[in-house]
Amino acid sequence: MSGLNVKTPSRYALNAVSVVGLYLVLMALIRYRVLNRYQALMLIPIGFNIILAVSLNLSAGFLGQLPLGHAGFMSVGGYAAALLTMRLNLPTNVELPIALVFGGLVAAGFGVLIGLPALRLKGDYLAIITLGFGEIIRVIILNLDFTGGAYGLKGIGRKTTVTWVYIFVVVTLWTINTLIRSRHGRAILSIREDEIAAEAAGIPTTYYKVLAFAISAGFAGVAGGLYAHYLSILDPSTFGFMRSCEILVIVVLGGLGSIFGSVVSATALTILPEMLRGFAEYRMVIYSLLLIAVMIFKPSGLCGKYEFSLGDAIDGFNAGIRRRILKKGGGSDASGS
Amino acid sequence: MLKVENINVYYGSIHAVKDVSFQVAEGEIVTLIGANGAGKSTILKTISGLLRSKTGKISFMGEDIIGVEAYNLTRRGLAHVPEGRRIFQLLTVEENLEMGGYLRSASENRDTMKDVYRRFPRVEERKRQIAGTLSGGEQQMLALGRSLMSAPKLVMMDEPSMGLAPVLVNQIFDIVKELNDAGTTILLVEQNARMALSIAHRCYVLETGRITMEAAASELLDNDEVRKAYLGG
Repeated sequence: MSGLNVKTPSRYALNAVSVVGLYLVLMALIRYRVLNRYQALMLIPIGFNIILAVSLNLSAGFLGQLPLGHAGFMSVGGYAAALLTMRLNLPTNVELPIALVFGGLVAAGFGVLIGLPALRLKGDYLAIITLGFGEIIRVIILNLDFTGGAYGLKGIGRKTTVTWVYIFVVVTLWTINTLIRSRHGRAILSIREDEIAAEAAGIPTTYYKVLAFAISAGFAGVAGGLYAHYLSILDPSTFGFMRSCEILVIVVLGGLGSIFGSVVSATALTILPEMLRGFAEYRMVIYSLLLIAVMIFKPSGLCGKYEFSLGDAIDGFNAGIRRRILKKGGGSDASGS
Repeated sequence: MLKVENINVYYGSIHAVKDVSFQVAEGEIVTLIGANGAGKSTILKTISGLLRSKTGKISFMGEDIIGVEAYNLTRRGLAHVPEGRRIFQLLTVEENLEMGGYLRSASENRDTMKDVYRRFPRVEERKRQIAGTLSGGEQQMLALGRSLMSAPKLVMMDEPSMGLAPVLVNQIFDIVKELNDAGTTILLVEQNARMALSIAHRCYVLETGRITMEAAASELLDNDEVRKAYLGG
């Protein structure tokens, strides 16, 4: 049957074309007013929620260490990026990527700093200690002068556009997906599967735990930067424990260990509360009930550990068509071609 | 090759390993036998750096290895097949082996993997399968194969026969013997004393954390006391 399952020769080209294609479709939808201004603006929070969820999935789903301080890293990245753009005076499209990368690096640095002591712990203890670190970051920001303290940081330029969000979502997905599929990614997965065995196999577990944690924190920082330049104001109280929980809900709902699941779930959970605005005060009740229902009927999350691959989908589709053609033609020599 | 001198290991206030000293020479199969809770696994974990000894010395190939991280020991040629197999459940069989050879180059891994598949044809048949779906015996073979991927000089095995059907136990022990014939030194911890003694050169008997006897394996098989205590009469 090998003839039926021909692989598309260049997955890279296919993925690149579909990424550009999807972007053009989105732009066309906005341009020709299929999406109204409000809906087009919704694409931005969907984007940074995808980045937040996928990055948290790296440490919660793939590394298997559950942190509860993701909002802390998001705020570090957000403040770092915002403070940079407020001091630089470059064209927006040069300044923003520089600021986002800077925000991501600062957040990743914090990730290393916090990860080194925190990752000695596991499970509930790691969750509690990262929760603590998240709160410490928030309180420090609250009490510093250059961050604006409790007033928040005002006057950040509105620089985040759908295009920039789209670019950074693609960068995030590509980086984390490539990482997971590499030898380093398998080392990270094997730590999730069995830390002692991983160590016995010669994998430096501390190094990989901190690495994954730092990359996770770094992308949270990038999302924070996009968030800051979208709202144009940063308020430390929005980066509390509840924000970390919301991100975790997205990840768990999509499926721990499924990048595709995180993307679907981040999109759904960003749109859902908006769609439910019509139900006014019952909005959060419906939202919660939906979450409970998913956890009862699909405890591994919407997608479990499933990953969507456009190449595989097309190959599968083609194989199906070929099978059908062969059946019509008698089917006796189906295995021959 | 491996020399353990006067180690004392505690779990909190429980003194699990008391003044234990022993050594393994190159090319030997040495087995530690003893009842549940005698401290066999604790000793292996201490050697591989997962637990710490309060006193004493452990040296491997002439170098002190106390305080060396577990993954660095693997680099030096000391492999540990932990108790209960501990394969990477959700990775494929091949990925498990690949991770076993984490420290080596891709081309070295390809050669060693061929060698592992030659020893374990069953594992090769299932190389694309998710490791968690393998049977107990296949998982044990995979765990053993994974440890061989680092091309170890000394393999420490913790209860390879645990939970396996007698036929599989025989197979596993045959393979251990073969490995030894091919030049790998083996430190074997077993509750199945009869099997262990049948392939080992030397043996240490542990009782509640203390070594109470040291002898050539053939001698122990004839020893009345040992027969009564560990071999069922």
